Amino acid sequence: MFRVTRRYEFPASHRLHSPKLSENENQRIYGKCNNPYGHGHNYVVEISVRGPIDEATGRAVDPAALDGLVEREILKPLGHSDLNRDAAFQQVVPTTENLAVEIRRRLAVNWSKIFPGAWPKLEKIRIVETPRNIFEIEAT
Amino acid sequence: MLITRKVEFSASHVCRIPQLSDDENRSVYGLAANPHGHNYVVEVSLEGTPDPVTGMVLDLKELKEILERQVVAPYDHRFLNYEVPPFDRVVPTAENIARDIWQRLENHVSGERSRLHAVRVYETPDLFVDYFGEQPCSA
Repeated sequence: MFRVTRRYEFPASHRLHSPKLSENENQRIYGKCNNPYGHGHNYVVEISVRGPIDEATGRAVDPAALDGLVEREILKPLGHSDLNRDAAFQQVVPTTENLAVEIRRRLAVNWSKIFPGAWPKLEKIRIVETPRNIFEIEAT
Repeated sequence: MLITRKVEFSASHVCRIPQLSDDENRSVYGLAANPHGHNYVVEVSLEGTPDPVTGMVLDLKELKEILERQVVAPYDHRFLNYEVPPFDRVVPTAENIARDIWQRLENHVSGERSRLHAVRVYETPDLFVDYFGEQPCSA
């Protein structure tokens, strides 16, 4: 079994603020992440895929196909954007936990268009928000 | 418990299926169909239980020497397709390199207390492969 991991990066801004909480509660829970004009990160997104090797090509996944999917669904719409304005973050706060869930959703919805066979499968998504803050989510 | 040792080697390769034309190879492998090279980084992880006396699963110094002998010596500063079998007949993708390294190491690192758990091969910092041996892929 092989796991292939590809690393991508996109810059975006966000502000952690929940309309369900008071100003004071937002400030207390999110601290400087709640500052009114938001702030940004260079998000590093590692996408892991698993599957058997195709003995003809020697590969478990076509990296160009994965790159195309990620470019179209993740990097282009989210790169150089304000995450709080994205439709996905109108009901939930754009924490990196929720960003991971949203990235997983976008990949899952479009996966079979790019990879129609049984393999490869999406395995996990790991987001390095800053070198000290890292979030990981399994695909299933 | 997992223990991991990391080594690096630099090598060139070309991803090419001999039965295919240049254009077909380019459509399968993209730029990797051109001869080029990488600074490969390899992380080898063993699973095991520490020896109650030494406190070690396998002496990492010994693992380092095994990796030098079995991987770095044959791979480093070589053109894999021309100089390092089986890549005269197997396409030297990161997947096949990980599997070949697994096969070169398996008998040397498996013992009473340890067994090979994973071989990770970084082709670049943006692309790496983990190989866990010949286990079937479960759904």
